[in-house]
Amino acid sequence: MIFLELFWTFFVIGIFSFGGGYAMLSLIQSKVVTEHAWITAEQFTDIVAISQATPGPVGINSATYIGYTVTHNMGYSEWGCIGGSALASLAVVLPSFIIVLTICRLYQKVKNSNLFASLMKELRPFVIGMIAAAAGILVTPQNFFHWSSLLLLAGAFISCKFFKANPIWVILAGGLIGLLIY
Amino acid sequence: MKKQLHKDTDLVKDNPEPAAPVKERKVSLWSLATTFTKIGMFTLGGGYAMIPLIDREVVQKRKWLETDEFYDILSIAQSSPGLLAVNISIFAGYRVRGNKGSIAATIGTCLPSFLIILAIAIFFAGYRDNVYVDKIFKGIRPVVVALIAVPVVNMIQKSRLNIWRALIAVGTAAAIIFLKVSPVYILLVFFACFFCVRYIKACGKKDSEKEGGV
Repeated sequence: MIFLELFWTFFVIGIFSFGGGYAMLSLIQSKVVTEHAWITAEQFTDIVAISQATPGPVGINSATYIGYTVTHNMGYSEWGCIGGSALASLAVVLPSFIIVLTICRLYQKVKNSNLFASLMKELRPFVIGMIAAAAGILVTPQNFFHWSSLLLLAGAFISCKFFKANPIWVILAGGLIGLLIY
Repeated sequence: MKKQLHKDTDLVKDNPEPAAPVKERKVSLWSLATTFTKIGMFTLGGGYAMIPLIDREVVQKRKWLETDEFYDILSIAQSSPGLLAVNISIFAGYRVRGNKGSIAATIGTCLPSFLIILAIAIFFAGYRDNVYVDKIFKGIRPVVVALIAVPVVNMIQKSRLNIWRALIAVGTAAAIIFLKVSPVYILLVFFACFFCVRYIKACGKKDSEKEGGV
């Protein structure tokens, strides 16, 4: 039953994932954290951190991780959990596979139509709002349990925005600071 | 497979640009998959980081795609739902070897990250309550919020929203954060409005053409 739910949830996430991996985050969050309560907001934050620090698209990474964690929390065997994570990853890719293959077949038509370009242009403010929401939802008392958390936030933001720091190093630095001061 | 190749050559015939020589060289599914595995393995930080890598491997080195074709694919991949990295591999795989090619390329792209994340998930299932792991993640969590906030600020700066679009962006964020509205519904409403407006505009055009004709 949970496998069917996992598949369906990530299939829906795959269908509505316009605007790339970051926009997808608020979608995953609302489905997995708010709606199903499969994982907590902190766990979700950790998954995003791990996705950022490992190769591969964030969307697939979170599907893989959540698929494993959810089935694990429900007490399935190791192979059951691996199956869960494979299923979630497959489900998140499947819709774009169907849609993009269809577009491939209509390549010449799509190429010359302005439908997609104008759709994306009008979608832009929504995508910005969705990504902002993904950041906003993660501002929880648990994630910011100490005033120094705000310093970490500010430091990470400044180093990424103005000094173009590599996110992996910023995440590793955050982890090291956490290990030292908490 | 033969059928597929015929379809491909049909596509090429429609294409005014002479891309045929590239298609005639048969690329093995194995080399498609391994090339995209390599690309998937070194893509840190999301799909956009992948673009120069794909350009080098697929366009410059292996010449599976023409440069123009690559940029066409890129713009369509960006406006299709789904992950950019996956969309590009589906597209590129299809252009090179049809349906089977797109499956091979997609598996190639996803496999490394799947295995890495699976290993981490298995590891973390055991170390969830470890004191040091907890400390490390307490330091990382605020950083993650900053990492998501950076592209938001970049997009706002780049797209120079007018007041209405800015309100839409703020409204979307507020609806998701405070009212816990699912982004699915927001997108559905958006699509409904988008296609309605387009339809009405198209009707308006036809009417004015008729009037002009009479």
